Parts: sequence; C-alpha cells; structure tokens
Amino acid sequence: MVNYDIVIVGGGPAGLAAAVSARNAGVEKILILERDKELGGILNQCIHNGFGLHTFKEELTGPEYAYRFIEKVLEAKIEYKLNTMVMDISEDRVVTAMSREDGMYQIKAGAVILAMGCRERPRGALNIPGYRPAGIFSAGTAQRLVNIEGYMPGREVVILGSGDIGLIMARRMTLEGAKVKVVAELMPYSGGLKRNIVQCLDDFGIPLKLSHTVVDIEGKEHLTAVTIAQVDNHGKPIPGTEERYTCDTLLLSCGLIPENELSRNAGVEMNPITSGPIVNESLETNIPGVFACGNVLHVHDLVDYVSEEADRAGLNAAKFIKGELVESKGDDIEIVATEGARYTVPSTIDLDRMDDKLTVRFRVGAVYKDSYVSVYFDDERVMHNKKRIMAPGEMEQVILLKSKLEEKPGLKKITVKIENE
Amino acid sequence: MALLQKIYQGGTRYPLVGGFLKYAKEENNMYDVVIIGAGVSGSSIARELSRYNANVCVLEKCDDVCEGTTKANSAIVHAGFDAAEGSLMAKLNVRGNEMMDQLCKDLDVPFKRNGSMVVCIHKEALPGLQELYDRGVKNGVKGLKILSREEVLEMEPNLSDNVEGALYAPTGGIICPFKLNIAMAENANVNGVEFRFNTEVEAINKGEDGLWHLRTNNGEYVSKYVVNAAGVYADKFHNMVSAKKIHIKPRRGDYCLLDKEAGTHVSHTIFPQPTKLGKGVLVTPTVHGNLLVGPTAIDIENKEGVNTTGEGINDLIAKANDHVKNLPLRKVITSFAGLRAHEDGHEFIIGEVEDAPAFIDCAGIESPGLSASPAIGEMVAEILKDKMGLTPKNNWVGTRKDILNPADLSLEERNELIKKNPAYGNIICRCESISEGEIIDAIHRPLGARTLDGVKRRTRAGMGRCQAGFCSPKTMEIIHRELGLPYEEITKSGGRSNIVMERTKNQKGGNQ
Repeated sequence: MVNYDIVIVGGGPAGLAAAVSARNAGVEKILILERDKELGGILNQCIHNGFGLHTFKEELTGPEYAYRFIEKVLEAKIEYKLNTMVMDISEDRVVTAMSREDGMYQIKAGAVILAMGCRERPRGALNIPGYRPAGIFSAGTAQRLVNIEGYMPGREVVILGSGDIGLIMARRMTLEGAKVKVVAELMPYSGGLKRNIVQCLDDFGIPLKLSHTVVDIEGKEHLTAVTIAQVDNHGKPIPGTEERYTCDTLLLSCGLIPENELSRNAGVEMNPITSGPIVNESLETNIPGVFACGNVLHVHDLVDYVSEEADRAGLNAAKFIKGELVESKGDDIEIVATEGARYTVPSTIDLDRMDDKLTVRFRVGAVYKDSYVSVYFDDERVMHNKKRIMAPGEMEQVILLKSKLEEKPGLKKITVKIENE
Repeated sequence: MALLQKIYQGGTRYPLVGGFLKYAKEENNMYDVVIIGAGVSGSSIARELSRYNANVCVLEKCDDVCEGTTKANSAIVHAGFDAAEGSLMAKLNVRGNEMMDQLCKDLDVPFKRNGSMVVCIHKEALPGLQELYDRGVKNGVKGLKILSREEVLEMEPNLSDNVEGALYAPTGGIICPFKLNIAMAENANVNGVEFRFNTEVEAINKGEDGLWHLRTNNGEYVSKYVVNAAGVYADKFHNMVSAKKIHIKPRRGDYCLLDKEAGTHVSHTIFPQPTKLGKGVLVTPTVHGNLLVGPTAIDIENKEGVNTTGEGINDLIAKANDHVKNLPLRKVITSFAGLRAHEDGHEFIIGEVEDAPAFIDCAGIESPGLSASPAIGEMVAEILKDKMGLTPKNNWVGTRKDILNPADLSLEERNELIKKNPAYGNIICRCESISEGEIIDAIHRPLGARTLDGVKRRTRAGMGRCQAGFCSPKTMEIIHRELGLPYEEITKSGGRSNIVMERTKNQKGGNQ
C-alpha cells in the first residue's frame, strides 16, 4: 500500500483548486485521482464562455477556466493519475483505485478530499410516461456528444427542465442548426441562472413554458413527438392543456445529483436536502480527515464558488495533516435553515476552528421578491439583508464573522431564514 | 441485392405458391426446423433442439435476442401454486422451477431462491391463502407453508401493518431474464443453431414440396417444421396456417425499478392475493440487488404498445403501498412496460397445430412463461424429437460461461487479469462498475451485442442509477472501434433507434 498525505478524488474544478491550495499550505505528497482522460472535469465540455467573472475578472470558456488551475497543478508538480476510477474509500481513509496501467491498488491517505462532482437526474427518475425510444438524453450527455465527440443527436429538439445545462444546450443546438421548439419547466420558476435564460433562450426566440411538463413520449424505436401540458400547484398535469410537438430529440435538464456513492460506502453522513455530505466549518465530514467540496457537497451554479470552496477544503485538509485542526470539543454551533432557506453549507461551526470570516452558502426554495435574508443567533436577529430577488436557481450566501460569534458565549444555534419584512 | 445476384447466378426458381413468387432456394435457407422468435421460449427450444442432429434456425424480427416479452417482466421464478390445477401452465411452471438450479449453474445465469409470499391484508380473505396452499400442493409445489401475522412480520418487517398472514413458498426465486435468454441462445448457437436477426416473417405457406415456406423481409426460408414462439405475435402466425383461430390480447404491465439502495426493502418476493387479472402488483428484490415494483394489468390491442402511462404508474404505486409500507419511491431509477402474451383461453398452447401438421405452436406464453421456459424448451424438443426421429449429437456442449465479472475476483486475481488484459482495468459504467473488458467480451462472444441495449443486457453497463448518461458515449466508442460501425449507425436497440444523426458543423467541415 502506498502512502499519500492527501488523496483528492476527482480532477475537476473542485479537485484542482483543493490540490493547489493544499500544496500552497505546504503539503508535499498530494495525489489527484481522475477517471477521465484529462484533468478539468465537466468544464472540458463547457465550451461556452462566462466562467471566471468572480475569480479572474474576465470571461473564460470552461476549458480555459480549467486550464488556469491545471497550469498551477503542473507548475507545482502535484501528482495525478488519469483514467483512474476510485472503487472504494474506507472509513480509515484507504482509497482503492483502478486503471488500465496500474491495475487495482490501495492508497493510505492522511486526508481525503471528496471532489467527485455530480451527475444528472435521468429520465427514469422523473417518471415521465410514454415509450422509451432513442433520442432522449440528459442535457450533459448531449453536450458531451456535441462538444467532445462532434455528433448531433438530432434536428428538432424539445427540452424538459430549465437547469443551466439545458439552457446552454438550447443555444448550442440552435447554433448547430437544430430547431429548439420549446423548453418546458415543471416549476413556476426556472432552475437556471437568469443570465442563461436571457442569453440562451430569449436571444434566440426559444419559448420557456413554466409550470409545464412532458406527459407523453411517442416513438417505438426513435423519438417522434412529445406532449407537454401545464401543471397545477401540485405539479399534476391539467387535462385539456396538452400540446404536441413533433421532435427527434428530448433533452432533460431536471436537476443534478451529487455523486456520493463512494462517500456513503465510507460511512459519510448525508444531508437529504443537498444529497451531499454534512460538513462543519472546515468542510470536514463526520469522518475526521475526510473533506468535501464542489458539486459533490452541494450543487453550485458558478464554478467560481466551487474553486473558492475547494480552496478552503484544501487548506483545512493541510491543517489536518499538520495536526493544526484542533479536535472538536463537541460543543459545535448548529446552523439551521428554515422558512424559505432550504439548507446551509456548512451545517455546524466549531468556534475554535473557525476562520475570522466564514461564508455560509444556501439556496432558497421558491422565488422571493423584495425579501430579507435574516440570520438569528439563538433568538436574536443579527442580520437582515434586503434582496430584490432570490430564486432557487441562484445560490445565496451570508458571511459570519468570528468576532460576532465570540460576542455571544454559549451560542447554540444560528438560524438562516427568509423574511418578508 | 445478394438475393437477386443469386437468382441471376442460377438459383433454383420455385413455382408460384400461395400467390407470390417463391424463388432462390439457397442451401443455407433450408432447415429441418425454423423457430420464429428469439425470446426466452424460442431460445430455450433452440437450446434443447441443439442436443440433436438437426438443422435449426431461429428467425427474429429484432436486432437481438430478448427484445419482446422476455425483456420486460417481473424477473421471477414462480413456485407454481398459482396456475389452475392440472393445467399445462401449472405443470410446466413446477417443472421449469425444478430445472432452474441446474440450468442456471450450467449456463452461468444469476438465479436465487429468495422465496415468495402471498400476503393477506384482509381477515375475511384469509381462506384464500388456504385455497392457494391446497392448489399449490396439488400442483406439486414443495415446502409451502401458511404463516401467521407475527411470523410474516418477523421475516419481512416492512410489510403493511394490516398483514393478517401469508402463504410462503420457499421455492420461489429471482432471476435475470436477459441473461437466461442470452445464455440459452448463445449456448444453442455454439451447438450449431443459426440465428437470423432483423428477419421478420411475413407469410407462411405449405409448398407443394410439403415443406413450410416462410417469406421474410430477408428472403425466403424453407423448413420441414416450424415452431411458433412469437410471443404477442404468436396468434398472427398460428392464424396464417390454421383455420382454428387463436387470439392474443397483449396485457400491458407497467413497472418501476428502484435504486440498489432500496434493494433490501424486502427480501422475499411479495405478492398480493391474486385476482382474475393475474397475480397483482408485486414488490421484489431483483437478482442484481435492485427493487422491482409491478406490474399493472391493462389489456390493449397494440402489440407494440410498451408505453407507460401516468395512470398506470400511479395505480401501481398505490397498489404496492397496500402491502409494503414506506416504499422509497423517490429512489425510482426507471419505469418501463412489458406485454404479456395473454391468449383468450389463459393457457399455454404448446403442440402441433391440429390442422397444420409440422407446425408447432408455443403460444399464449404469459406468466409464468419465464419460470416455465426450461420446461417449454424440453417439451417442444421432445415433441419434435419424436416426430422427426432426432438422434442426439455426440459433441453437444451443455454449459457456457457468462461474461467474466471482475467484481467476483480478489484484488490479486483482478490485478492478474488487468495485467493480461488492461481493458479490465478501465471502468466504463461507474454505477454498476462495468469495465471495458466486459463490454468487449459482450460484443465478441457468440451472438454478441451490437447495440447499446445489447451491451446493457449482457453486462449491465447503463443499467444503474444514472441510466447510461455517463457511459453511453463511452460504450458507443467501444462499439464503433470493435465492430467498425460508424457512430451514426450505432443504435439503442436496432431498427431506427440511432443515437446520433450526423456530425456537427465543425466536424463536417473538418472531414470534407
């Protein structure tokens, strides 16, 4: 068995940023395990621009953004293995990996950083009735086929779900000469970023039908048509509102699921809302020395936030290796999301381990206009920030100052909620 | 075109028979037995016949074996207490069940006797369990036992609180229907049975030569005997040759398949008490560790009507919840529908057609057809052996090995394997941990996979929780490389089920 200080599972934006920050913090033996044939993760197929506005103050394409970090990994001579699948992570941080070249082998890791990203919700999980022909793709699979393999799935397209990948693919397919007939979204609001709706749908005259879903799929061998219908407040289709669209391609962009099979097997506790690990202020899971960042922790909308989060995970893993991460005394402050706020990352704070500033990220469960993000320390409201608009598709954050928390000895619970006034 | 060339080269020309031109008697289109259909019945018959000296050919309209009723059912081996006493269904179910252990051992097919339970949730329906018990005993089912409420809940804590008792059948089992079908076909093929895919029988006539002439989209086939194992289409072929018509009305069953995380919600196959329409909605683990819920029972006319409906799925969920509590339905990874080949008489129709000598029916094979399939093969082969005076082959090989599953190996063995063949170190399907080596094996073995679904049913790549979102481009690359198929010609399951249509603008420019 080989030994590494830190093993990072996944060489996408989260894994790369975590590796760089751990190296900058002085950790020598770092290994990135990546299942694809190159570093960069899903960014490699995101050839559109709009990445890096926060981090680099310029608009980069996905591969360009990834390369900024790959360069740093190469410069720092951080080890990485490509075409390598992690098969298992044990509770005592033994990582089992496999590749053509190296066979199956085990690594004893001082710390593990989970950075496996997420996957798309497939058709089957959506319970869409109808036939099961060829021509139905999750948006990301279609994106890979078009942008990496160079093949078009079809010419007449309907998209279900208005997640960012679906919106991006509406534009991409249009630019490739396909006709995108409609984007149907089950919810009364889009799951994607406002800027993507404007730039990918509005600019191309593609209609977005909110509160609509697919109620039938036709075609025994290949897709020939789909029927969409309006839904009521409970998401049930309203009879009489059906509209049939002939098409050869149905793209699904109905949510992303953090890819935590390895984490679960290792015994990492999960948050049922995010489907990601429950982490503390150090982005550490319930297993000491196992950290998580990026989309495996919770689905992000901007890669900039992934990089920032991964940077912290890398730093904390480095502290753990060096024995600088003090052991928790078990008196952690709980962070509770309620009344409009669906979850928070992190879920707990150990004051002794907290940095001067801590970014707490969360998402809201509905569209809120002219509402307030409120933070309570136990029963006392300490923050009350007005937001013109908040939507489930855009991640929100509050920044907690250690000095403020220290002013409240005995603080047990921090609550994040959305208030009308 | 090949056919026309043959004619011009002097292929024997047949006289006009049955209103259309019969020609091109080609040596290789002449058989002792032609079996229509490569589902589990047709393939079982093919394998049993392959024991004997006979030229046998299976004609299948789809691109692969296991494309009809066999690919979408409950994947269970029934104990045999359900079918009417004295029926062929009962007899072949019990016999098929008995044969299953040895057969699955010989053919390396996953099969597990997990035991089944018919659960009673209404006190007044308790006598029904006794009836089933009595029928089972008469049918020859071994080990049946009636359990009290306490005994049932002890064995299956997730059953409804309303449970009053259950009939327990330890011989009930779960099986991989794809692998059973594929294994039987593969084994038949290795023993000399030919398979012609994408070959749809359009007409059947008795020629003046006393032989059956089958017109297909791929030329004519001539055979001494015909076996009709055409699933929901068996009535169509029967009615082509017989004045005594039969009628198969497809009975659609919708299913939901749940993630392996839900696979231990129950450990036995849980049935409600049966009704006129069938055995009802069951909840069962699959042999691969998922949880399967279904089927509904909806009679339809369309023999290709495998679409699920919203009402069907809702109905199914409501019924499943009657007997099993806290079903984790958020963990559904796919839903699908299959058609049972329900004949109006609700009985297997197996044997020579009275007014069509040398035409053997294997029709009305609805549930428990999968369970009975080994016995169906045995019975039809027996009929043909007697009629044709078939003699056993000397070199028949009755066993085969399935695609190697590296997950069964130790770390050392696995490394040894990867050293010899590095493709086993490359994981293609992350959900089910399927390596490139397994996929290559699936493509190159006898009757190998040519489609994404073909790879899926042989290896399980694409069958997991992401439902092929991750692995389909990779599997396409392997099919492209191994079979030399252009990407545009790779299909999901044959026919017009192409995955991609054309190159992107950029690539077109680059290639021209």
